[in-house]
Amino acid sequence: MYKFSSKLKSLSIALMVIGILGVGYGFFSAPKTVEEVKKEMSHDSHGSHHGGESKAHLEKEALAKIDNHGHEADASHGDADAHAEHVLHQKQNRPWSALYVSVLFFALISLGVLVFYALQHVSQAGWSIVLLRVMEGITAYLPVGTVLVFVVLVLSSMHANHLFAWMNGDLINPDSPDFDKLTFAKKGYLNVPFFLARAVIYIVGWNLYRHLSRKRSIAMDTANSLDIYKRNFKRSAGFLVFFLVSESMMSWDWIMSIDHHWFSTLFAWYVFASFLVSAVTTIALVTVYLKSKGYLENVNDSHIHDLAKFMFGFSVFWTYLWFSQFLLIWYSDIPEEVTYYVTRFSEYKVPFLGMVAMNFIFPVLLLINSDYKRIPWLVVMGGIVILAGHYVDFYIMIMPGTVGGSWSIGIPEISAILLMLGLFIYIVFTALTKAPLLAKGNPFLKESEQFHY
Amino acid sequence: MSSKVVQALYNDDDVLMHAVKEVRAADHHIEEVFTPFPVHGLDKAMGLPHTRIAIAAFCYGLVGLAFATWMMNYMMIQNWPQDIGGKPSMSFWYNMPSFVPIMFELTVFCAAHLMVITFYMRSKLWPFKEAENPDPRTTDDMFLMEVSVKGNEDELTAFLQNTGAVEIKVTEKH
Repeated sequence: MYKFSSKLKSLSIALMVIGILGVGYGFFSAPKTVEEVKKEMSHDSHGSHHGGESKAHLEKEALAKIDNHGHEADASHGDADAHAEHVLHQKQNRPWSALYVSVLFFALISLGVLVFYALQHVSQAGWSIVLLRVMEGITAYLPVGTVLVFVVLVLSSMHANHLFAWMNGDLINPDSPDFDKLTFAKKGYLNVPFFLARAVIYIVGWNLYRHLSRKRSIAMDTANSLDIYKRNFKRSAGFLVFFLVSESMMSWDWIMSIDHHWFSTLFAWYVFASFLVSAVTTIALVTVYLKSKGYLENVNDSHIHDLAKFMFGFSVFWTYLWFSQFLLIWYSDIPEEVTYYVTRFSEYKVPFLGMVAMNFIFPVLLLINSDYKRIPWLVVMGGIVILAGHYVDFYIMIMPGTVGGSWSIGIPEISAILLMLGLFIYIVFTALTKAPLLAKGNPFLKESEQFHY
Repeated sequence: MSSKVVQALYNDDDVLMHAVKEVRAADHHIEEVFTPFPVHGLDKAMGLPHTRIAIAAFCYGLVGLAFATWMMNYMMIQNWPQDIGGKPSMSFWYNMPSFVPIMFELTVFCAAHLMVITFYMRSKLWPFKEAENPDPRTTDDMFLMEVSVKGNEDELTAFLQNTGAVEIKVTEKH
């Protein structure tokens, strides 16, 4: 049985406390009125957040108008006022977005682990049985993580923030000056009750599988027939079908609808690749940690090697989808979809291109060597860069649509990461103490224990 | 030094693996082992060094990438920078995404083909090459180990007999 070391426990609690303070500070320091924003803007040399002089600035404003925030730029206010109000909304969104990115990122990591776990059952993998309990431990975060996401979604629906611009009722009100024909046309899908109902379905579906598979896994430890194993196999196959559909819709709902004038067909796969590689990386990191503490005597360097291969392969897969989505839109250059990348390129250049280095070039060069994939500290190093890179990926997916040019990676963002990281560590390692770290009763256990590559 | 070799034939890969380990432990030099299919772990048991073909392939891939980059830059940017459908041909980086498919394919092409050719050259395989197997049965169901004779020939034959060989021949080295 695993014992949650008191050091790690205090670390996770410390992370949560620091995180909460920082997140609180983020909300507290966000400007409340247009006047505050104006004062701030006159302090800054004009437009320092917007990277330069008036021409580029005007272009971006124009883009923002056709992209997301058309409703916020009201002609009657005059340009300066409209701009200040626009910036106010962005700055008020920032602590919310910072929190949302982290909440979503960690929830989807545990969802990715759950999918990987189901895949191990369905593919009857022989190598990974000794790691199943580690995966179950990580998926213990899923109920908490998804409920936190849901809470943010409900708060957004109640207009506590402006993460989802389409939730603004004026956009679909034909009598309003802010009426937006494109949003109106999507209101059959993008409306709050249906949006929340869908979220409930995904969350309940995923957590149901998580709960039942964990229960069956524990029951299998003492079972003397293969009935439970067979049932688990079938349910896992069913879950994967449900997951694929729900994941697709989840990424439209929770991420793509932030840029509600934009759409992309392979977006769901792209999101999936991003959190799947993060999930495999997380499994590898937790495994290396537990192994280094002497808890996983049946895990050898071949298991680490296999995980590192998946990290490598899924990193390439993510890059493939990232580039495919970018290339197709860049190449055809259709104005209505290319704004998505114009915003990212003009305002988020460093993180946007930096994440390709972190998510592709670095892991590919590091993990291409078969010997390196067996060396725990190299896998950990690659893993940390991959996780940071995919955080940036989620950041790039969400921030441009919510805070636009007013982004930065500062106290609100880092505190939100620390808060969720602390919570994640606390829940995952608490769950690991609840059951033996070796799942017995699986017919492939022997093979996994002797696995050698 | 004698140029004689003992050829011991086995009919099972497990027996062969044990024999290889025993022969190595007894400090006899294994010239060659012929098997009808890859025997997992045989190279390790024989103490053969790792192949470096993956390293070669990585380098060939870099060659392909460099070639593609140079080619696209020369043709599309430097030699005749035409405006084709509004694509920005004024610098390599502006138009880089449209070159990526070619850069990728040439990387794979060079890595794969040059690696295969390297493999053929290093293992001396080509059309019309004379086959080198000492006993045609080794391509079907028999395993053959060639051990060079140093010192007492009879002793070595007896030793190999004990490792489970089903047949033993002493021939000149070819």
